[in-house]
Amino acid sequence: MKNKNSRRSFIKNISLATFSALALSGCNSEAFDVFLQQNFKTLSKKEKDRIIKNLEIKYKEKYGKEFHVSDRPALEGTSFGYALDLSRCVGCRRCVYACVKENNQSRDPQIHYIEVLQMEKERGIDFAHSTAQYNPEKVPEKGYFYVPIQCQQCKNPPCVKVCPVRATWQEPDGITVVDYNWCIGCRYCMAACPYGARHFNWGEPNVPNEELNTEVHYLGNRPRMKGVVEKCTFCIQRSREGKYPSCVEICPVGARKFGNLLDPDSEIRYILENKRVLILKQELNTQPRFYYFFGI
Amino acid sequence: MNCKIYKNIKISIIVITLYLILFIGCKSKESDNNEIDKVITENKEITSTEQSKEYAVETPPFSDGIFPCTDCHKNLTPNPVRRVLVDWHDDISAMFNHDSENRWCLDCHDFKSRDSLRLASGKLLDFKESYKLCGQCHGEKLRDWKVGVHGKRTGEWNGKKEYLLCVNCHNPHSPKFKELTPELPPIKQEDIK
Ligand code: SF4
Ligand code: SF4
Repeated sequence: MKNKNSRRSFIKNISLATFSALALSGCNSEAFDVFLQQNFKTLSKKEKDRIIKNLEIKYKEKYGKEFHVSDRPALEGTSFGYALDLSRCVGCRRCVYACVKENNQSRDPQIHYIEVLQMEKERGIDFAHSTAQYNPEKVPEKGYFYVPIQCQQCKNPPCVKVCPVRATWQEPDGITVVDYNWCIGCRYCMAACPYGARHFNWGEPNVPNEELNTEVHYLGNRPRMKGVVEKCTFCIQRSREGKYPSCVEICPVGARKFGNLLDPDSEIRYILENKRVLILKQELNTQPRFYYFFGI
Repeated sequence: MNCKIYKNIKISIIVITLYLILFIGCKSKESDNNEIDKVITENKEITSTEQSKEYAVETPPFSDGIFPCTDCHKNLTPNPVRRVLVDWHDDISAMFNHDSENRWCLDCHDFKSRDSLRLASGKLLDFKESYKLCGQCHGEKLRDWKVGVHGKRTGEWNGKKEYLLCVNCHNPHSPKFKELTPELPPIKQEDIK
């Protein structure tokens, strides 16, 4: 009994000492706040508001720009779905770069949420014989088709299951998000994702100041830090405002479709009910919300 | 006694429910019919669905100074003989590739009313509704386009959407998509420092 007590007081003393050391070493209260911040999911409205206000101030100092940080929760009665028309995509990669811009991905080191794979028509969908490195004068090339890959927003996401600190989870509208403040950078989720959809900030992210998107969401495209994992969120800052993700809006051939799976009149439901649809790596039971279809 | 009252109530509930179902069913049928009626009663005049926000479309992409066609055509005597145009619209002749073996200008453009298009039925059509003309042959594309699956939508997934006309993406005289220059490939993993 005595032993236990002394251990507890030892820990208590240690933590007190750490805190005072931190305080003495010139940390301001804001850094302290960030250090002590709880998992986003467990925060109250008041706490969230304070954190968001602090973030906006911090970004203003760091980037000299007015940011608008949203924490808008999932819309009632929505379950997002995405469909991509394999018979239309020409592999132009417009979506890749529209995404980078919208979501403030690091340019160097480079992070892309979307990877467009070129595949041989003869072989069909065959990852082993595909390449993301194709670079001809003009696309599409004869004899090839293109399969853009990004987070499949699985209904049964293996990435979420492996996170040891629960820094990543699936939201009620189906978007799997990361709390960058809670992520410890262990990269288990990257190993678990069968689609290579998660990306790690090996270095300090680097976005040209004039290209920063200042309309951000806490769980989405707000500026990231070194050592955290990030991923596609169906442009959470747009989709929760009712807008299409930016990859949908940029695609010059209209290959990308997005909407609410619970709305029987949505484009996405029409596709699921009327077109030939497939999902990637079905055998893994990840149950993607990202469908590929053949429009013709 | 009690039992009977219950039975009566039960029956009346069933009757009311059936009534409601019938009523609602009819109601929605009625509106469907109205829609069709509207389409059918559109007769020979130029019609426009501008009010219908369902197909809020971009304006047709005319080349500069080409519309209205009557600016030039009002002074010309129309010639209905199929031929290759050489003096004017030779650029279109040069690129024309849209079942060119069997078709020419007057299969889509009206002979007399120069500022309108013309359906196979003879009905005139505003350029803003050219999708109906395309839909004469490409019916299943039109169907997919209407529900937002063929072609590109911008705007809101749960609200107002902007539709593009077929001709905003496809040149009506040569509708096959032109090839595109791809953006840069990603940096190879082994080149990341
Ligand atoms: S922008 Fe559209 S056509 Fe181009 S690669 Fe992306 S999905 Fe394919
Ligand atoms: S695609 Fe990968 S990152 Fe996205 S939900 Fe599935 S397992 Fe997670």
